[in-house]
Amino acid sequence: MFMDPTGRTNASEAGFHLARNGAGTLLVRLAGSWTIAEGIPSTAEIAREIESDPRIRRVIFDTENLQSWDSSLLTFLVKLLELCRGADVEAVRDGLPAGARRLITLATAVPEEKGARRAAGTETFLSRIGAGTIGILSGGTETLSFIGESFLAFLRLLRGKARFRRCDLTLLIQDCGAQALPIVSLISVLVGLILAFVGAIQLRLFGAQIYVADLVGIGMAREMGAMMTAIIMAGRTGAAFAAQLGTMQVNEEIDALRTLGISPIDFLVLPRMIALVLMLPLLCLYANLMGILGGAMVGVGMLDLSVVQYFNETRDAIRLTDFMAGLFKSGVFGILIALSGCLRGMQCGRSSSAVGLAATSAVVTGIVAIVVADAVLTVIYDLLGI
Amino acid sequence: MSGLDREVHIEVQDLTMAYGSFVIQRDLNFKVRRGDVFIIMGGSGCGKSTLLRHMVGLKEPARGKVYYEGVDFWSVEVKEREAMMRRFGILYQSGALWSSMTLAENIALPLEEYTDLSPSEVREVVSLKLSLVGLAGFEEFYPSEISGGMRKRAGLARAMALDPDILFFDEPSAGLDPISARRLDDLILELRESLGSTIVVVTHELASIFAIGTNSVFLDSETKTMIAGGDPRELLETSHDPKVRSFLTRDAPEERSD
Repeated sequence: MFMDPTGRTNASEAGFHLARNGAGTLLVRLAGSWTIAEGIPSTAEIAREIESDPRIRRVIFDTENLQSWDSSLLTFLVKLLELCRGADVEAVRDGLPAGARRLITLATAVPEEKGARRAAGTETFLSRIGAGTIGILSGGTETLSFIGESFLAFLRLLRGKARFRRCDLTLLIQDCGAQALPIVSLISVLVGLILAFVGAIQLRLFGAQIYVADLVGIGMAREMGAMMTAIIMAGRTGAAFAAQLGTMQVNEEIDALRTLGISPIDFLVLPRMIALVLMLPLLCLYANLMGILGGAMVGVGMLDLSVVQYFNETRDAIRLTDFMAGLFKSGVFGILIALSGCLRGMQCGRSSSAVGLAATSAVVTGIVAIVVADAVLTVIYDLLGI
Repeated sequence: MSGLDREVHIEVQDLTMAYGSFVIQRDLNFKVRRGDVFIIMGGSGCGKSTLLRHMVGLKEPARGKVYYEGVDFWSVEVKEREAMMRRFGILYQSGALWSSMTLAENIALPLEEYTDLSPSEVREVVSLKLSLVGLAGFEEFYPSEISGGMRKRAGLARAMALDPDILFFDEPSAGLDPISARRLDDLILELRESLGSTIVVVTHELASIFAIGTNSVFLDSETKTMIAGGDPRELLETSHDPKVRSFLTRDAPEERSD
């Protein structure tokens, strides 16, 4: 006795008809071509049928009108079999295509490993806050121990016991120094130009154009020169350090150093730190010069000052202490950039996305550290009257 | 059993390995005798490489001890442990050559660090090591310029730079064709014969296991401990454990009756 409930008539479309074959048996007639491109029919109708009639104890299949099938049929069947098992209904697989039968056997052969499945996205808000806090705290201790180890390595360097390759250091110095000149030139000239331009508009109101030279000179020497080179180098070199060390972490190269008894801090971090601490003040000095040059362009070009006038005014305005204040800052920034770049590189996980993350986080950490240190140093300078 | 009279070189006692609270393997106990080719085997993901990391000093055990010639490896001072690690040579899974240095510089680094050889002597030793692994003439190549098999051999040359007492291999034949894998196995045997070093190999390649292994430990990921140990060829004949048998005979595990 057949009961054809609905009219899915299109033969090529994937679908099924439900029919009763005797009182306790549900016949599922699969028809059409079941391809993944067409989507997967829902098992809800069958679930309802089984639920509504407790007499159903068996599900059998008929595939006479089934044209072709792929994973869409398998997914449907696996879900259906699970449903049957849950409702304690016997599913007779004999009516299914032989290939599908074998694949289903394969898919259900290895039971799901208990405890392996991880809850996806069910973490509560509170537990996420907790995990975040623990993460921050353990990150803090990691950072502190890294800084401590770097300091010890620095002491070893002073005692002449640190081990790294001199040629690595030379290469790094070249990379952190000479090769950064073009970008530092461009940015510093423009910063000097902007400073002068903004100042000029205000100072012209009072007829005090000549003080643009003071403004640009002091601004560059004390603050902007160090700050801008540091930010450029954090983006350029800090990220490069993190990516280099991160990749070495991924390739087990850092493990290889450790097991040889060579401290990666000595061998990798120390030369990078030395290179930056040596080169950043030099770059800063160069940036100061370029910034003043930029200011002079505005002064001479827009404010009708003569080059000599501008030069003399600048020379009178800037004291040596102003330069020293800026250079000291840039030395501190150099340490911070090298530390944050190397720290993130050493913390890097063992995947390619972790390397990207390390580079990003090196730049962010570097810039935050620079700005915070700049604020602190400015306050200290003020207290000391420098 | 061969070699029971030889002294114990490495001993692992009650070792438990864990990442945080997640235990990988527990209660590992085995001894490696001098001159053994000791195989750490087991299915993928059972903790073979992690065991190696514990033995070479990259990861501290959650519990238990590792002894080298009776010295407790994890409780000595860092300096002393580093000195012990210098007696190890390690071939990492991917070779782990320092990618910014040439092959010659890679092999020269440990020599420059730990010996007083002059630069020209270092160069000679480097050439010797490279020719031992069949890479003579590749001194000035960078790791990225040579094939995977060559990188492994170069890694082996670096591992041998300081004439280590113990050579550790992490899946030496992974990613190699059967012939290169066989050549590497031959090389391992040759090294043991000629240098008399103890060799510890992590692998799941059956051909290698039977060709070179003289002693072994079998890690099981389900019970999270070792379920067998000893000469792999004897294990094949005498072990009744279905997991060990099916691993060593490459059979599908016997169907569990549900």
